[in-house]
Amino acid sequence: MQVPVEGFMYPNEVELQWSVLIVLYPFLTGLVAGAFILASLERVFRVDAVKPTYRLALLTALAFLLVAPMPLQLHLGHPERSFEMYLTPHRSSAMAMFGFVYLWYLLAVLLVEIWLDYRRDIVLLAQNTTGWRRLLYRVLTLGSTNISPHSLEIDERAGWLITVIGIPSAFLLHGYVGFIFGSVKANPWWSSPLMPVVFLFSAMVSGIAAVMLLYMLLTVMRRQAIDMRCVDTIAKYMFYTFLIDFSLEMLDLVHRIYEADESFRSLDFMVHTKLYFSHIVLQILIGTVLPLILLATTQVVKLGASTRKQIYTIAGCLSLIGIFAMRWNVVIGGQLFSKSFLGYTTYKMGFVTREGLLTAIILTILPFVFLWALVKLLPPWPESSPAPLADASAAGD
Amino acid sequence: MKSFKDAEHLFRLAAVFLAGFILFLVVRSFLVPRSFGRYGHYRANAIGEIAALPISYAGHQACENCHSDIVDVKSKGMHKTVNCESCHGPQAKHVDDPGSVTPAKLDTTVLCPRCHQANIAKPKTFPQVDAADHSGGAACNSCHQPHSPVIASAGGAQ
Amino acid sequence: MNITRRQLLVLLPAAAVAWDYILAGTPEASPNYNMEEHWWGMLIDTTKCIGCGSCVRACQLENQVPDGYFRTWVERYHAADWQEEYPQVDSPDGGKNGFPPAKESGGKNFFVPKLCNHCAESPCTQVCPVGATFVTPDGVVLVDQTYCLGCRYCVQACPYGCRFINPATLTANKCTLCYHRITKGLTTACCENCPTGTRQLANLKDPNDPVHEFIRTHSVQVLKPQMATRSKCFYYGLDGSVR
Repeated sequence: MQVPVEGFMYPNEVELQWSVLIVLYPFLTGLVAGAFILASLERVFRVDAVKPTYRLALLTALAFLLVAPMPLQLHLGHPERSFEMYLTPHRSSAMAMFGFVYLWYLLAVLLVEIWLDYRRDIVLLAQNTTGWRRLLYRVLTLGSTNISPHSLEIDERAGWLITVIGIPSAFLLHGYVGFIFGSVKANPWWSSPLMPVVFLFSAMVSGIAAVMLLYMLLTVMRRQAIDMRCVDTIAKYMFYTFLIDFSLEMLDLVHRIYEADESFRSLDFMVHTKLYFSHIVLQILIGTVLPLILLATTQVVKLGASTRKQIYTIAGCLSLIGIFAMRWNVVIGGQLFSKSFLGYTTYKMGFVTREGLLTAIILTILPFVFLWALVKLLPPWPESSPAPLADASAAGD
Repeated sequence: MKSFKDAEHLFRLAAVFLAGFILFLVVRSFLVPRSFGRYGHYRANAIGEIAALPISYAGHQACENCHSDIVDVKSKGMHKTVNCESCHGPQAKHVDDPGSVTPAKLDTTVLCPRCHQANIAKPKTFPQVDAADHSGGAACNSCHQPHSPVIASAGGAQ
Repeated sequence: MNITRRQLLVLLPAAAVAWDYILAGTPEASPNYNMEEHWWGMLIDTTKCIGCGSCVRACQLENQVPDGYFRTWVERYHAADWQEEYPQVDSPDGGKNGFPPAKESGGKNFFVPKLCNHCAESPCTQVCPVGATFVTPDGVVLVDQTYCLGCRYCVQACPYGCRFINPATLTANKCTLCYHRITKGLTTACCENCPTGTRQLANLKDPNDPVHEFIRTHSVQVLKPQMATRSKCFYYGLDGSVR
């Protein structure tokens, strides 16, 4: 192994175990959790202003959720054995929860909620379309074509219930990742009760930012007017969530500096040298402080709509970069220093390898491809809602 | 009844879930390894599989069964606690087939300094020399008998 | 084929024993090994270690350990006067071919062999998502090579850095305390080949085991006791600077 090592590392520690794909995974599930929380703002907390993004947020969550297991499978030494997590989950392991939490969230929460909200559209599309699409929609109706007002009302109430269950489920889906790191006592960079909470709040920021950016982009592409009341409300929630996230991260930092335990000198040195760019510059300054200043400006100063849109776009993009950097600093940073606190190694990221940068880039683009397909299949725009056929009232019953 | 008819699609959904769950349980019962869980949350047969791995070092007991004369010499000298394979390498194959598998000849200029080359971190009481100074390049076994290395004429016990 | 009565007298009992094995499935170990009578540990006397690397070489040969990865290794410490908090440590190729002459002089200098501590409260077995790594009833932490997914969570969870992923099998790998040897009455490859008696296998359930007796009556330490892993690898003469 020709990896440059400074100081001393235990011989087996020199090679990193978890690669950029493991950085990507919490980023993707974070977007899922954040997008879902934004959707739940409308459904459960009755924040009407964000209604235009409701369906888009659900589809975004689904697109990212479908891609989320891929970096994990590509990282495993034996992906063909991953089903063992369903056969013999080890209840003392946080990672064993993954299979069930993921399946629960995908099937019982997200797919059911999307199905309930889109059911009327699906039934109508099953009647209006032809070919393979018609077959697909007919399968999705599960054989029931009842879209009477009362059945839709039942759907509405069921959907509300699913969303209520979905909020803690979304917390669990992403929180357990933070717990996987936070519960490793062997690694002082990870081991902290704050870890799941910080992961969750940064996830919410990233998800909200992603949906906001997607909504603005797609609305412009469809040559429609952006609903300013909607994006203003979303930006406000993003700002508050980010403030909480930033406070938690600063609390972790201050606590470490103050307590200065045996790991502190080694970690401090690492942050000032190997992680300087990704942690101080990218995560904190460009990725958190700058978006917070930008968003705070829109909250205190009265600015025109086009200026606000520009600020939201910049703040959203910077936040996503900052939150990816946070995942990088946690996962990669936690493996750069020796558990002897006497040395450091280097992460050699391949490009066209199974766990290389190209793979990570492809997996980041893939959810947008899925989203494009989902938007085509289940259009989230109010004006795209299929109109019932003339004699539809007779067809349902 | 009208209420039930309007909620019928939910019952269909529930039926799909139930079918999936039952299928999972059935498939699971075939796939979980038989010995899993016997002693704990693991496949008990793995213990036996690991215990059955092949052996490379025979252990000094096996050497002593045949080479008791060498053992006699060694037991009176400073190398009495050094096991045979420590210098001669893994010899399980030799023990299985002593006739055809013979241990390789050892090069003392490489072998002995591994332990006896002086190093500041070695215990002070451990016999160590700087190999180049000590022998001027001569092989260690030109003066020392490896099985009982101390030279009697130099004042050491034999 | 003509089988004589004599041949039959030999064949039948042999067949019976073989049939017994077939019926029993995979035997745990040799037929007279009883897991319940053993609770394995190791004693390492750092005052005796000469850093020859015989243990590292022997382990590699016995267990086909791939180059660049280590089931056991030796570290050399140099703790200068008053600088015990920040010792200088090196382990060139795990100490496999011994150590080059030290550049430093003065201070405390010594070797520390390291291996899997076979913890009784093992954090690596706790985090395995599928139960591929486990503690046997006789106290050895093993990895089931046909069940491991290669998720590397156990490698992250070990505080001692003793685990690695075998690049050939892509599964977790580590010291097995030579389970295939100790269940047959042999000692581990590293203990067998240690020329100074630094490393000694211990059966902590055997009251007559001299190594167990030593552990019971002398001042011994474990690595990173604050991790509460109940490590069963005991060190005699472990300096405070050891990480």
